[in-house]
Order: sequence, then C-alpha cells, then structure tokens
Amino acid sequence: MTITTLDQLPPGPQARVTAVQLTGAERRRMMDLGILPGAAIAVALENPLGDPTAYRVRGAVIALRREQAQHIQVEIERA
Amino acid sequence: MSVDNAVTQPTTSIAAGCATCPMYNGAQLTRLGINMTDWDFVVALAGNPNTGKSTVFNALTGLRQHTGNWPGKTVVRAEGGFLYGDKRYKLVDLPGTYSLLSTSVDEEVARDFILFGQPTVTVVIVDATRLERNLNLALQVLEITDRVVIGLNLMDEAKRHGLQVDDRRLARDLGAPVVPMAARQGEGVQALLKAIHEVATGACAPRPRRINHRDPQLESAVAQLVRQIEFAFPGLPNARWVALRLLDGDESIERAVRDGTLGQLTQTVAPQPAPTIHLELEAVN
Ligand SMILES: Nc1nc2c(ncn2[C@@H]2O[C@H](COP(=O)(O)OP(=O)(O)OP(=O)(O)O)[C@@H](O)[C@H]2O)c(=O)[nH]1
Ligand SMILES: [Mg+2]
Repeated sequence: MTITTLDQLPPGPQARVTAVQLTGAERRRMMDLGILPGAAIAVALENPLGDPTAYRVRGAVIALRREQAQHIQVEIERA
Repeated sequence: MSVDNAVTQPTTSIAAGCATCPMYNGAQLTRLGINMTDWDFVVALAGNPNTGKSTVFNALTGLRQHTGNWPGKTVVRAEGGFLYGDKRYKLVDLPGTYSLLSTSVDEEVARDFILFGQPTVTVVIVDATRLERNLNLALQVLEITDRVVIGLNLMDEAKRHGLQVDDRRLARDLGAPVVPMAARQGEGVQALLKAIHEVATGACAPRPRRINHRDPQLESAVAQLVRQIEFAFPGLPNARWVALRLLDGDESIERAVRDGTLGQLTQTVAPQPAPTIHLELEAVN
C-alpha cells in the first residue's frame, strides 16, 4: 500500500482517503463534498494544465485545486 | 444508511414519515407557468447538483428550465406556479448545492433561499443512486425546518444498477415523507404533489429526527446571539442557525451580519442599517 497525497495520485488507481489535513472552513468544505477518511477516490479527468484536477468520489465528480489536494492524504488501493 | 442492504418496496407510500398523513384521492394538477401573482404557498426545490430538480420543476409548472446530464446548469433561481387542491403554489427551482454550511458562490443562491426565503415547504430532491452523498444536504435541511418532503429521484437508474432502496425505512429514519420518483418519466409526480400539499396545509406534520447536541454552555451562547440577531434583523428566520454559524466562525455569514446584507435575504424585511452585534466569542468558551 502506497501512502501519498491526493495531488500526487496518478490517473487510474483507486485510492482511499486516510486524512484531511485542513482545519476550519476548508475542512468543512471537504467533508461536505464527501471527502473524509474512508472515502474512495480516483482521478476522473486530468487537466492538461495540471490544475485543477477532477476527482470521482461517492458518485460525483469534484474539481480540486492542487493547493487543496495536497492536504488530503490517500492510500492507493489498486491499480 | 446503506443502500445495498435495504429492501425494496413496490409501493409509493409516503405515509411512513408522517403519522398524521390522511390518505385521500389525489387532486388535479393545473400548471400555471409564470402566471402566479397570488399564491398560498411557496415551495423550494433543493438538492445536490444534477439530481433532477429542474425536471421536477418543469413537470409541475409546464415551464422549460434548462436540464441536461451535467451538474451546475441552474445558476439563478427560477420561479413558476401550479394549482393543486384549490391552492396556488409558487415553486422555486434552485441551483444544486452539496451543503448549507460551506458554500461555493453558485451554492449561496440556494442556501440563502432555503434559509431566509421562507418557503412553506422545502422539497429535497435526492439521487437514489448516490444516497450517502445526498443525505448530507437532506439532514442539514431537516435541522432547520419540519416542513420537508424528500423526492427520492432516479429510482429507474437505481433499479438499472441493481440497487434497492427501502423508501419506507428511509422515511421512518429521517422522520419526513419520502416519495420514490423517476421524474423524467413523470413517475411519482402525483405522489410528490400530494405530499407537498399535505405538508403545506398541515395535514401532515413531519417530525424530523435531529441530532441532539444539547450542551448548556453552547445553548447559552446561542441564546445570547439569537437575541442580538433578532434585534438587529427583525423577522429574520433561522436566527439559531445564524448564531451557530457565527460560533463556528463562518466568515461569509459574519460578513453578511456586519455589512447588514443578511437582512436583505428575507423578502419580508426591508434592508436594515448595519447592526452592532458583539462577536466576543472567546467570552463564552
Ligand atoms: N433516468 C432518469 N433521469 C432523470 C430523472 N430525472 C432527471 N433526469 C435527468 O437527469 C439530468 C439532470 O436533470 P436536471 O433536472 O437538469 O437536474 P438539476 O437537479 O436541475 O441539475 P442542476 O440544476 O445542474 O443542479 C437530466 O438529463 C434529466 O433528464 C429520472 O428520474 N430518471
Ligand atoms: Mg437545475
């Protein structure tokens, strides 16, 4: 199992959120988007410009900026 | 709440969420389009992005709000009317939102109307194939009002994916009527109308299950703030919710309080001069 941050997750494998290293309003926003420990997440659409990236989580596609994604710790589950 | 192990019920019963619901024959729907000068009730259509809110709006009003299979189509609120059971309804289609607590700019339109637009009934359209995600908003709405109807939409999609959703159990767990629907095919629209009518007229009085977080210190801080908020913004609905957001450090609500724009969000209240609310939150810790 590889632990990394969401901004480093390559397209393809599915990962699971292990920690959200944000506080206050930013943490609340992630939770409301369904991004909290235990949630399955994968890259849905890579942005040729690299930022933001769209992720598939709990059945919806959510766009996150790299600046947000780097605070989300994930465990890569399968390729 | 797990979708996978729920059991399906072939009925479209809405009675489970509402012990007082009388069963009577469905009245006739008359679509009024944009002709709704006087209305008896206002109904808000809330829900996550792309759950079929505008599809329901079009079915009830005869209007043609933009629909399509991607999120974020509705960006401003749209209004239309219908007549049902001798009552005139104004229906408000809202942009999709994931939450009332943390909102993007697009979502603020929906949040503001749900909280301060004083709808008689709030219909939350949820996606039956993504219940876990959708119940977040539904539970937040149930925290602020009893007068809620849950439209459990995309039931055809759920079936297609082999998902079985126990709508009666869901209604019982939430304490609000749940109407299974496939809005694009018009399925469940009559049952939804009936549920809206019953909640609007008071024939059905939902008793939502709420999280009990009674903490004496928190409650006294909330009570203090509520008094000040109600003094600064007479007639503002959901002052308790505003107080909780201030205690949570919600910057957008704090700004709206400071510059007085909070008062403009209610249609019944004229803009107020900037109020003086003391936000000495440290004092209550
Ligand atoms: N299969 C199926 N599709 C549906 C149903 N209801 C709506 N749709 C489709 O789902 C898509 C989204 O519907 P909309 O009514 O635009 O959804 P919305 O909630 O208003 O979306 P936003 O305004 O973007 O938040 C459209 O393609 C609809 O035709 C349904 O019950 N079953
Ligand atoms: Mg819409």
